[in-house]
Amino acid sequence: MKTQFSRRGALARIGGAVAGLLTMSAARKAKAAVQKVFVSSGAPKGYDPTKHKWLMCIDVNKCIGCGLCAEACKKENNVPEGPFFRTWIERYVITKPKPGLGETRGETFVDSPNGGIPIGGRQAFSELPVPKDQIEHSFFVPKLCNLCHHSPCTQVCPVGAAFDAPDGAVLIDPKYCIGCGFCIQACPYGCRFLNPITKTAEKCTLCYHRITRGLKPACVEVCPTQARIFGDLKNLAPDDPIQKFYEQNLVQVLKPHLGTEPRVLYAGLDKEVR
Amino acid sequence: MTNVATNIFVEVLPRFEGYVYPNEAIPHPLWGFLIVLYPYITGLVAGAFIMASLVRVFKVKVLEPVYRLSLLTALAFLLCAPLPLLFHLGHPERCYEIMMTPHLTSPMAIFGFIYAWYLMAVLLLELWFDYRQDLVEWSKITAGFKGILYRAFTVGVTDESSQALALDTKMGWILSVVGIPSAFLLHGYVGFIFGSIKANPWWGNAITPIIFILSAIVSGIALCVFNYMVLTWIRHHTVEMRCLDTMAMFLFYALVVYAAVEGLDWIHRVYAAEEGFQVMQIMIREKLFYTLNLGQATIGTLLPLLLLGSLQLFRKRVPDLVRRRMIFGSAAMILIGVLAMRWNVVIGGQLFSKSLRGVMGYKLEFAGVEGWFMGIILLALPFIILTVLVKLFLSERLPTSGHLPHGDAAA
Repeated sequence: MKTQFSRRGALARIGGAVAGLLTMSAARKAKAAVQKVFVSSGAPKGYDPTKHKWLMCIDVNKCIGCGLCAEACKKENNVPEGPFFRTWIERYVITKPKPGLGETRGETFVDSPNGGIPIGGRQAFSELPVPKDQIEHSFFVPKLCNLCHHSPCTQVCPVGAAFDAPDGAVLIDPKYCIGCGFCIQACPYGCRFLNPITKTAEKCTLCYHRITRGLKPACVEVCPTQARIFGDLKNLAPDDPIQKFYEQNLVQVLKPHLGTEPRVLYAGLDKEVR
Repeated sequence: MTNVATNIFVEVLPRFEGYVYPNEAIPHPLWGFLIVLYPYITGLVAGAFIMASLVRVFKVKVLEPVYRLSLLTALAFLLCAPLPLLFHLGHPERCYEIMMTPHLTSPMAIFGFIYAWYLMAVLLLELWFDYRQDLVEWSKITAGFKGILYRAFTVGVTDESSQALALDTKMGWILSVVGIPSAFLLHGYVGFIFGSIKANPWWGNAITPIIFILSAIVSGIALCVFNYMVLTWIRHHTVEMRCLDTMAMFLFYALVVYAAVEGLDWIHRVYAAEEGFQVMQIMIREKLFYTLNLGQATIGTLLPLLLLGSLQLFRKRVPDLVRRRMIFGSAAMILIGVLAMRWNVVIGGQLFSKSLRGVMGYKLEFAGVEGWFMGIILLALPFIILTVLVKLFLSERLPTSGHLPHGDAAA
């Protein structure tokens, strides 16, 4: 038997199948985009992300390392126990140089026991790595999602579950994340983790459920020294602390050479901080 | 080895030295042994396909005995390539989203499409066009389930006119030509997944995709040598020495190019000594000492270079048996070495903190999805599939048509 095989017919069928797939894909994508901002982000109905631009500033000189911010974050956002943090505090201890070596500084010790969260009622940073008299500098650096303008984490997400909201927040749709971990590898700041319970990637959302209702993020709310300053660049009050902050300080960002353009600005950052 | 043993019975907790970001202080690296296997298997596919193209596109006629075996090897490994990826996902049930709503700036999103393209549009089609005439013949003379299978594989196209056969050859050639850049794309993109991560100085490197492609070619040819020799040994056939020598020659030159580019990468890293170089020194001296210096450099590169290189110089003076052993040994060592290389890339990139102030430990466990038992199963699976494919499509009992893959008439 000789089979009749029409090239045109076969091409038309293949074309139809591809077109169908592409249409379906586009429709699902549009649906996902709507779902992302309005359903999965925790924002209330009526919140317009295009009318805000959130910014976080940190004054390193004001941080006392109490760890209340990291603790509040864990409670507020139901972050699992263990090595999982949306925000944490690092302690830097820089020793005096050994005499005669011709150096400005000695060694740098960095630690963040339990992310700086008090352990059993005791301060996390209660013990010093070196005797007091050998210390030249000692300071605390709060860390959180750097709200990158060019965020490498959202760039690499294979399904678009991680996305940049128009208001500057970098968010994840937990109903969409496939848990591949690519974003965690791509974040230069170690700000993401794989939630062991939900098996999806997780990170600081700036307490999106709070800020979209006119509240401050939990870490900012509890900070006793106002080391964390939070604001909305599109709705600045006449004497807004955030405006004062970046007018009065020379600011720096973490790992500027990577070109991620973070929107978490630091004042008083030392060169040892990475 | 003791570490592996202890993990079977007792959980060995990870050790951290220096400072690692709190989120990095997890017991196992995020991408474990499964992700080591993924580029390894994908690389073997790409390499085996390039091996087959040598016959079809570049008309290296002495390699005909391994043409079909190479293609079947590529198919068997390609079928298993997405498995490690799938198993390591936090939500494997959502994997189809990669295809349905791909995020086009993500190198991982492109995987689904390149994989589908390579499997459906290149490899399966090329195999089908190459086997079509044989399938028609075999379906006539084979009874039972096998006969039904062969008939099903013809998809109803039973035309054996000279015009149809000429079209088969032409299509096979076109697919092979398209297949070479596709194979490069398939594995180059795997390299890009790692090379594009600027957050990690061990991975973020423009040359990574090139190194991946070259190592893929080397490992693929080595796998074809390995499979060919094992198959002839099982079937009590004699190895065609001209074919084997030619494979060894291609293997040697591919290895030279791979070693040169990999060496260049290392020279650049050491000379430039950019940020993170100190932590990398710890990796080379301690964390990856055995897999890098012994596995990748010595077993995987230097020894095969020496063995295969000496064969290029003194081939005529070495007796067949010794030559066979030298080539087989080199192929096996390369296969181990490239696996070590994948380990060094994937695990190595996760053994230091992105704060560049500390290092982590990694103990490969026995059980669990990322354990070495699972790894062995995933490595054995393509060989099991290949055995079935060889029984079906390289059967000794069935006659093969006279047509040759490169289109020339049979001698």
